[in-house]
Amino acid sequence: MTLQRPAFYGGLSSSIAKKSGGDRGAELKTVEIGEQAVIDQDYPSTLESVDLAEASTLEAAAQAGFDEDEQHRIGMSLRECMVNAVVHGNRYNRNKIVHIRVLRSSERFTIQITDQGEGFEVKEVPDPLDETNLLRHSGRGLFLMGAFMDDVKVRKIEPTATQHSGTEVTLVKNVGPREQ
Amino acid sequence: MSVKLNTRQVGDVTVIDVSGRITLGEGSSALRDVLRDLTAKGNKKILLNLSEVSYIDSSGIGELVSGFTSVANSGGTLKLLGLTKRVKDLLQITKLYTVFDVHEEEAHAIRSFA
Repeated sequence: MTLQRPAFYGGLSSSIAKKSGGDRGAELKTVEIGEQAVIDQDYPSTLESVDLAEASTLEAAAQAGFDEDEQHRIGMSLRECMVNAVVHGNRYNRNKIVHIRVLRSSERFTIQITDQGEGFEVKEVPDPLDETNLLRHSGRGLFLMGAFMDDVKVRKIEPTATQHSGTEVTLVKNVGPREQ
Repeated sequence: MSVKLNTRQVGDVTVIDVSGRITLGEGSSALRDVLRDLTAKGNKKILLNLSEVSYIDSSGIGELVSGFTSVANSGGTLKLLGLTKRVKDLLQITKLYTVFDVHEEEAHAIRSFA
């Protein structure tokens, strides 16, 4: 079985690993020492879930000490990602879940959103700032996540005997001055 | 708080006062319905007052863009009034700020339709 890890974690030498249960049992979750999971929750594929996940994440961001503007950016990035997961990933299928994991450390605030959809290729997402795409109705979500967060990683999850296909998006906000 | 929309007439300009959140679902569909209805009734001058909009997501931005193009396609004009800092920032980073005719004062916006 191929072990895939988010690129974000790839360079962390001081990491510990623990296995999670259920369908995600095949994934090896790595957690930076000192990083604490403040949210670890499955949500059904509904728009109500988007509101609930946004509210929980905003609360966690406030507790982490982010000011109102940063809370807004974090909350909006979560919302955009969760909408993509529910609408485009799981296609409102109530038998599929969206998993949200929020990790907090002294250096960063990390959100992982995992759906059970077919996955997508980032390079195939049209650039919303291109003149020909400016007046498109949709397609700005991923761009906004990149604009509001310090790091965004998208990983396509290949299906295995014990694991759904899907997409895992990792959103990172550094604690402290925003990187320019 | 979801979105609330109130439509009023100022001369030949239809002003839509929007308050609350314009997000995927009820918020964006309510705005779409109002704009579609006004366009179908032949309203050509529409001013969208967003001064009480606390939050807008990419779906809401999509509705603004779709409204702008559908009103234009029917021979009309849609303008924006009273953007909050967050909505203005959002339109700027998505390069849409210069696509829309944006006004800060209603009287000035109404006169601009003449």
